[in-house]
Amino acid sequence: MNNTTTENDPLKDLVYIKEMMEKSSRVISLSGLSGVFAGIFAIAGAVVAQIYLTSIGRNYQDFANNMTVDILNYNAIIFLITDASIVALLSVGCGVYFTYRQSQKKGLKIWDNTSKRLLVNLFIPLAAGGIFCLILFYYNLFVLVAPCTLLFYGFACFNAGKYTHDEVRYLGISEIALGLLGALYLGYGYAIWIIGFGLLHILYGLLMYFKYERGK
Amino acid sequence: MKNIIKNINKAFESRVRLGIMSILLVNQEEDFNELKESLELTDGNLASHISALEKLEYILVNKEFVGKKTKTTYKVTSLGKKEFNEHLRALEKLISKK
Repeated sequence: MNNTTTENDPLKDLVYIKEMMEKSSRVISLSGLSGVFAGIFAIAGAVVAQIYLTSIGRNYQDFANNMTVDILNYNAIIFLITDASIVALLSVGCGVYFTYRQSQKKGLKIWDNTSKRLLVNLFIPLAAGGIFCLILFYYNLFVLVAPCTLLFYGFACFNAGKYTHDEVRYLGISEIALGLLGALYLGYGYAIWIIGFGLLHILYGLLMYFKYERGK
Repeated sequence: MKNIIKNINKAFESRVRLGIMSILLVNQEEDFNELKESLELTDGNLASHISALEKLEYILVNKEFVGKKTKTTYKVTSLGKKEFNEHLRALEKLISKK
C-alpha cells in the first residue's frame, strides 16, 4: 500500500481514517478465546463450590433462607474465596496469553496507551466490586455475593468496552441485567451466576472469535 | 460539484496527515513515539508532516520535561477539528456522487 499519498480515492481515505481511529483507541487484539476459557473456568469453579457446599451439608438455597445467620464457618469462606481467586487468576492468565498471541499475529504491541486505558477502566470498578464482596462475606451476607460479582463485573466491562471490541460493552450490559435479576431472585443466585460468568463468556467469546479472528 | 472540491483540503492530501489527525481526534493527545509506532513512520518523515500541520495551526505542540527528558505531545486545535470534519464530509459526498 502506498502510505504517503492518498491517490485521490476518497473511499480508501475514509477506510484508512476509520482504521487509524480504531487501531489507536481500541485494543483490537483482545481474543474471544479468552472469554471462552474464562467461561469454562467459571463453570468448573462453580461446580467445585457446589460439591464443597454439599459435602459440608449446605446448599445455595440456605443463604437465601437465613440471610444474616452465620451458616458458613471460617474454613468454608476461605475455601470459597480461594476457589474464586483460582478461577479469576486462570481466566486473566488465559486472557493475557490469547490476547498476546493475537497481537503477535497482527504485529501490534500489546502494551501501549490503549491497553493501559483498557486495564484502568476495567480494574477500578472490578477492584471496588472485589472489596465490596469481601465486606459482604464479613457481614455474612453470602447470598448477595453472586449478584454483586455480576453487577460490578458488568460495570467494569461496560466501562472498558469503550477501549476494545463493542461486544465487551454488550457483555457488560448483560451482566448488569443478570446481576439485578439475581438480586431480586436471591435463591437463583447460583444458576444466574453460572449463566453470567459461564455461558455469557462462552457465547460472547465465540461471537468475537468468529467475527474478528477466525480466517483473518 | 465545485463546492465539494473546494472543501477537499489540500493539507490532508497526504495519508500520513490523515493518520495523524485521526489518531489525535480520538485520543485527545498522543506523544511522538505513539504516533510514530501507530503510523509506522521514521522520525524525519513524521516530524515534517507534524510541522506542516502545526504551521497551519491544526495541531498544538506541547513540550514538557519528564525527569531529564523532554516529552512532546500533540493535540488537535479547534480549527484543525473543524477543517478535518469538513474534509471528511467532502470525502463522503464524493463517494455518494459516484
